[in-house]
Amino acid sequence: MSVLATATEVIELAQEGLTAGDEQNISAASGAGLAYGLAAIGPGIGIGYLVGQAVQAMARQPEAAGQVQTTMFLGIAFTEALALIGFVVFILLKFA
Amino acid sequence: MFALVFPPIGNLVEWKDYFGEGEFYAFNKIALISLLALLIPSVLFILAKKDMVPRGLQNLVESTIEFVDQQVIMAAIGPDGRRYMPLLLSIFLFVFFGNIFEVIPTFHMPANARMANPLILALIVWATFIGVGLKHHGLGYIKASLFPPGVPGPLYALVTPIEFLSTFVLRPFGLAVRLFANLLAGHILLVTFGVLCIAVFQLSAIVLVLPFSFGMLVALTGFEIMVSFLQAFVFALLAAVYIDSSLHPHH
Repeated sequence: MSVLATATEVIELAQEGLTAGDEQNISAASGAGLAYGLAAIGPGIGIGYLVGQAVQAMARQPEAAGQVQTTMFLGIAFTEALALIGFVVFILLKFA
Repeated sequence: MFALVFPPIGNLVEWKDYFGEGEFYAFNKIALISLLALLIPSVLFILAKKDMVPRGLQNLVESTIEFVDQQVIMAAIGPDGRRYMPLLLSIFLFVFFGNIFEVIPTFHMPANARMANPLILALIVWATFIGVGLKHHGLGYIKASLFPPGVPGPLYALVTPIEFLSTFVLRPFGLAVRLFANLLAGHILLVTFGVLCIAVFQLSAIVLVLPFSFGMLVALTGFEIMVSFLQAFVFALLAAVYIDSSLHPHH
């Protein structure tokens, strides 16, 4: 919450020279940045963990590498969807 | 700073109609790319000869089919999934050629970065896997997917809505958004470095930065070729996985 509080304080401090359109743009941009930044954390950790485990599995059992790879791509596709939804929210907040 | 003006998003993804503006047959760059993505693989497949010993074009076509057969169908469904080969191969090739126009000069636009294409493809997959389930298991398919066996009775109040959402709503939504957002993100990334290159080039004082931004543009173009292929593969693979979950619901 402190991040949000500081952002609003900065906006309030700078409010004198701003029009309503500027304010809307500022809040849209900061909201968009926050949305994508937060949405990227979880999938980043998840994909790192997933690929690390897949590499370990392939190193332990090289003959299963093909199967592990396919499963890894599937897992990445599911994990990555969350980050991509965050990106869509970013686009919607920033441009729509 | 640097006279850097990022174009508004509408300029990046919306294109003027070539003809038929405002009519139902309006034809713009996205429609052209979609048409090419349909025609190029069809022409390649028609032109390929059917010799015993493959040469040239026939090699390319046969290895494409073998890739989809081995990496998508055998990996996700098994031998009885071979009858879905036409659907999965068409989806793979249409998505791949729609994506690859992202890096082809004079086009520079992935057709799948507009929501319409991924949405229609996802709805086709959605209708297919529900149809396959109903055909092979009748209403038992709906029962098996909404009421998974081995759950204690009262928990069904919690499990059934979640299963309904994840199977019948979130699957096509996720499929469409995954393709759309990946391609849109890649397109915006390329535009960002393209704009940076132009701005730095016009501001010839900073010659030191230009090789870096241009190098990034080249590297990201290579990365986007990989993403185009990978997203087509993932789309076909997920379609196969969903069909498999309707074909063999209990494993």
